[in-house]
Amino acid sequence: MKAHKIFAWIAIAIGAIYFFVPLIGTFEFSLRMRRGVYSFDAYQSVFTDAQFRATFGFSMLMALVTIVVGMLLIVPTAYWVRLRLPQMRPVVEFITLLPLVIPAIVIVFGYLRLYNSSSWIPFTGSTQGTNILLTFSYVTLALPYMYRSVDTAMRTIDVRTLTEAAEILGAKWPTIMFRCIFPNVMSGVLSGAFITFAIVMGEFTMAALLNRPAFGPYLQLVGANKAYEPSALAVIAFAITWLSMGLIQLVSRFSKLTPSRP
Amino acid sequence: MTTASTSFIDRRTVIDWLGIVPFMLFALAFLIVPTVYLIVGAFFNPAGEFTFQNIADLFSPSILGAYWISIRVSVASALGGALIGFFLAWAVVLGGVPSWIRSSLLTFSGVASNFAGVPLAFAFLATLGRTGLVTVFMRDWLGFNLYSTGFNLLSFFGLTITYMFFQIPLMVLILTPALDGLKKEWREASEILGASTWQYWRMVVLPILWPSLMGATLLLFANAFGAIATAFALTGASLNIVPILLYAQIRGDVLHNPNLGYALALGMIVITGISNILYIWLRSRAERWQK
Repeated sequence: MKAHKIFAWIAIAIGAIYFFVPLIGTFEFSLRMRRGVYSFDAYQSVFTDAQFRATFGFSMLMALVTIVVGMLLIVPTAYWVRLRLPQMRPVVEFITLLPLVIPAIVIVFGYLRLYNSSSWIPFTGSTQGTNILLTFSYVTLALPYMYRSVDTAMRTIDVRTLTEAAEILGAKWPTIMFRCIFPNVMSGVLSGAFITFAIVMGEFTMAALLNRPAFGPYLQLVGANKAYEPSALAVIAFAITWLSMGLIQLVSRFSKLTPSRP
Repeated sequence: MTTASTSFIDRRTVIDWLGIVPFMLFALAFLIVPTVYLIVGAFFNPAGEFTFQNIADLFSPSILGAYWISIRVSVASALGGALIGFFLAWAVVLGGVPSWIRSSLLTFSGVASNFAGVPLAFAFLATLGRTGLVTVFMRDWLGFNLYSTGFNLLSFFGLTITYMFFQIPLMVLILTPALDGLKKEWREASEILGASTWQYWRMVVLPILWPSLMGATLLLFANAFGAIATAFALTGASLNIVPILLYAQIRGDVLHNPNLGYALALGMIVITGISNILYIWLRSRAERWQK
């Protein structure tokens, strides 16, 4: 065996240890709740906790609303920029990357100053308003991922030809948008949706500072007060992330099998 | 289209621009205006007068200390992540390991780079905490008490190795395409010209790769600098990094000056902004060789 091959295997081994030991450690710890034997008591304790179900449901709902709102905003924008305003592409792309540059805690700080109950637009004055603001904050956080995945999917279809064909056949713009463009970039929409789902489910900063009962702040609360439940929750959270990423792979593989060129 | 009247062109132009109005309004309302509001606020005192006092106050020992520890954690986790991530990417691209390892590493990296926040803190507490798997294993089987060496997960070092869990995969994801871009012909050409492996790496690979390497490290730095949830869940408020200080300031005005809070946010934007601008510049240099 050549020297560089041995080095390669050493690197892989170090990586594997770094990645797997914490996961094994977490799983092992989550089974330790009953003294002396391994059991799933911690998971049972988590699943029977009413607050777990409430916050999990809340974040799930938030994720779904975020995906719908985000995609209704981003797909038409990406489409329009490709079709009519190519000169604005760098600007739009730059804006979608800003949430990676400006830390989430700074963005939410701005919201709290700008949209508090004594301002012009008092989002945080009511529960409903705060929920709307939280949704928008999640759309902002997901902007880089959603835009990139939709734009990548749009690159593989000929937007101009599709639009012209639809126009010749007498389609109005809602038909073009929802029966022509959306189905053709579905793989990008779904990839963006899954990663958004993973982000929203674990998000802590926005929800905590806007005082909404989401899953992230609940995790933090459990972590501060319980011993074994946090590990069980970490295993669950890892499974959610894994599931979302697995679905993205599945979608991209599926879309490769059925090329959607017009 | 060429025969269209002037008024038609105007209407069309207007419609063209109307198309991105919703997006622009959204970006303004929920991204740009809130940020600009804080940036402007950093230059005013509570009475509404223009001042540089808030910026000057950032250089007080306690705030400077918070920035310093944040920068140290971010630099250390970025360098550590970059180093291990580079070797992993190198191993799967050029190391000649089976291809299933490459695809599993990339899939896993996609998951792990998104596995941050509160659950990551739990994972490391369960592993390297006082009763964690590794701590107990070392104590019971190797007779080695990790915590008697002064190690503490709730510290600079602990936070750094925790952050590396998402930094390494991020590096792998950024660097794998860059390493894929190294053409076989370059290696062959340098071998024909009599270069040793060391010379090939130092005089061919590194000059091509350094923008990618530096850029990715900067991105990792910014990534760690803005993160709060992991640190908050791991250490509570005991480790005084900038995001946690800002969190406390938003919650309860611990600095007793709201405008100083804005300056704190401005400092974060400046640091993550500079590292991202450098990253984008370096990436554009790196892409020259990936065509």
